[in-house]
Amino acid sequence: MGATEETIAAVEEATGQYKYGFVTDVETEKAPKGLNEDIIRFISAKKNEPEWMLEWRLKAYAKWLTMESPDWAKLDIPEIDYQDIYYYAAPKSAEGPKSLDEVDPELLATYEKLGIPLNEQKMLAGVAVDAVFDSVSVATTFREELAKSGVIFCPISEAVHSHPELVKKYIGSVVPVADNYFSALNSAVFTDGSFVYIPKGVRCPMELSTYFRINEKNTGQFERTLIIAEDASYVSYLEGCTAPQRDENQLHAAVVELVAMEDAEIKYSTVQNWYPGDADGKGGIYNFVTKRGACRGDRSKIAWTQVETGSAVTWKYPSCILQGKDSVGEFYSVAVTNGAQQADTGTKMIHLGEGSRSTIISKGISAGKSNNTYRGLVQVMPKAENARNFTQCDSLLVGDKCGAHTVPYIVSRNPSGKIEHEATTSRISEDQMFYCRQRGLDEEETVSLIVNGFCREVMKELPMEFAVEAQKLIGISLEGSVG
Amino acid sequence: MNLLEIKNLKAKIGDKEILHGIDLTINRGEVHAIMGPNGSGKSTLSYVLSGRDGYEVTDGEILLDGESVLDMEADERARAGMFLAFQYPVELPGVGGMSFLRAAVNARLREKGEDEVDQLAFVKMVRAKAKALGVDDEMLKRAVNVGFSGGEKKRYEILQMALLEPTMAVLDETDSGLDVDALRIVSEGVNALRGEARGMLVITHYQRLLSHIVPDYVHILAGGRIIKSGDKDLALEVENNGYAGLIDAA
Ligand SMILES: Nc1ncnc2c1ncn2[C@@H]1O[C@H](COP(=O)(O)OP(=O)(O)OP(=O)(O)O)[C@@H](O)[C@H]1O
Ligand SMILES: [Mg+2]
Repeated sequence: MGATEETIAAVEEATGQYKYGFVTDVETEKAPKGLNEDIIRFISAKKNEPEWMLEWRLKAYAKWLTMESPDWAKLDIPEIDYQDIYYYAAPKSAEGPKSLDEVDPELLATYEKLGIPLNEQKMLAGVAVDAVFDSVSVATTFREELAKSGVIFCPISEAVHSHPELVKKYIGSVVPVADNYFSALNSAVFTDGSFVYIPKGVRCPMELSTYFRINEKNTGQFERTLIIAEDASYVSYLEGCTAPQRDENQLHAAVVELVAMEDAEIKYSTVQNWYPGDADGKGGIYNFVTKRGACRGDRSKIAWTQVETGSAVTWKYPSCILQGKDSVGEFYSVAVTNGAQQADTGTKMIHLGEGSRSTIISKGISAGKSNNTYRGLVQVMPKAENARNFTQCDSLLVGDKCGAHTVPYIVSRNPSGKIEHEATTSRISEDQMFYCRQRGLDEEETVSLIVNGFCREVMKELPMEFAVEAQKLIGISLEGSVG
Repeated sequence: MNLLEIKNLKAKIGDKEILHGIDLTINRGEVHAIMGPNGSGKSTLSYVLSGRDGYEVTDGEILLDGESVLDMEADERARAGMFLAFQYPVELPGVGGMSFLRAAVNARLREKGEDEVDQLAFVKMVRAKAKALGVDDEMLKRAVNVGFSGGEKKRYEILQMALLEPTMAVLDETDSGLDVDALRIVSEGVNALRGEARGMLVITHYQRLLSHIVPDYVHILAGGRIIKSGDKDLALEVENNGYAGLIDAA
């Protein structure tokens, strides 16, 4: 067992089944609690932002004040006190841009514990990482390597300075500020996230990934990610997320925007493992995320793959706007809920372009007394001749106290469109349970085996380097779900 | 020591007693056959032996290698060497054959305190054993039992037995659904596993199987009781005369 694994094992023992629940002890600089214009100015000043960025934030804030929290999801969420949250928290040591050897060893150790060594020699070959800790990016690896092929991969707070024209042009262009309550909030107070630019004709030579970590108490994380793929380029990007185990709920409200030009392809994968709260629903992350990709160019393609195992509440609908002719949108999702977790997740496929196609494969697994809802919209607009969609929505129930719900919305405004929707709900049957146990597998192993079988179609869409981890994660999330 | 000792075993499903006091002893190296009319409790006995939930033992004892298994869960019994070839094998959608087989073999090895199998060596071994039983490579790649024909499922059960090398194997109507050639191949597979390492209990309706897997003892189960025991000739008698005379005599 390697040193990293040993630490993880020790941590796991100390924290129960959520093995990322530890806290890093670092000196932190925080904005005062609460939200007002001064806080936004504070964040903007911290990031040394140009005036246009601050103005954009303030406008978003003004808009947010006029909006209401959405209540249409099948989620039971206590009122969030937005004045009781810290909107900016950064390890003191993280001030100013740093090269890897200057990064605080305490932070490096944290990521090492999480299984993400930031030392380039030790890293998974072919994976570049941006590590975001609370409100700041603390390190981004392999930047020089990537720069050689013209790929820009940096914290968005840095891109505001280094590539203002790109940020200005694209930020808010896919997810408008006022798209929804949480996108407006994020636009006002976003702190860090990744910026990716793939030039024309370039196939990004590495997997890119961002690892989000919430560490501070009572702190919200408002990440903002922007990925632009120029004509005929390709990039595969993965994000991972964890947070300490705490009794208080914490807010994570992200916005991710993707832009794919002609013949470009973006593959965006998420392994979301925020702290889910305990079995009775105490603590855990509230995860309100707006993710949307625009397939602007002809034959462009965006594929979302998500494995959602964490968070107390998940509200998330990664979507595709299929503008280009023959553009392709895909959504592959595994959402696991256990204990008292609630997930309302799905996608929107908006067909605007002629011949645009979309595929939705959603696998929901509910255990404990959790609630898991698939909510999806397939919309074919008048000009989308011959658009096609195929949706497969499967729910698996473990035990009899949980709930699974499927809410598909289909709007077809062009008669040539072809939309197929299939849905199933199943349980792990007593027959299956006994069959596996008769072969010597215990209950948990059996559940994990059957659940992984159930998700296989989606798991095979994940980059190989992460598929095994994600599979283990699903097993861990379901621990204690039987018996 | 006896390998399996069943003493005055009574069991019920819900409120209904199905087994009304069964006595049966099986030693290592022996093959016992159980025959009996539909609904006489043969499958029930196999489930009670392997510890299926919902089957409640109300009286009596089951000893495996001298130890009571009554307090053991199904998976513990399996790891202790109890194996059941199912009358109706269960489909596991999406669960790859190789990973399932490996998980099962590893569970057994862990119990014995041995190292888990090396993946490559395991695949090789499975292929070799599968070939001997006429199980296609292609079938090994599919999800467990999904879309298998009735006969294919039965072969797959025996393949699992060959991999798990149980000490006590119960085969519930393994012959049903097999064509003539498959019956011969599967029987050869079972015979290859006969020996001092294990005992077998073969449940069947037909003498045909027992001409391939020749039993040391034959028992007739009717109405939840063993009404007669004998040697292989008892199976012939059943084949020729049916159960009526035996039941009347009991
Ligand atoms: N879940 C159950 N609930 C109630 N009764 C049951 C249940 N399972 C089986 N039985 C009854 O128990 C009796 C024995 O059934 P069992 O399946 O053991 O018979 P069998 O000897 O294996 O028959 P076959 O030759 O048809 O396979 C039957 O009367 C059957 O109806
Ligand atoms: Mg039967």
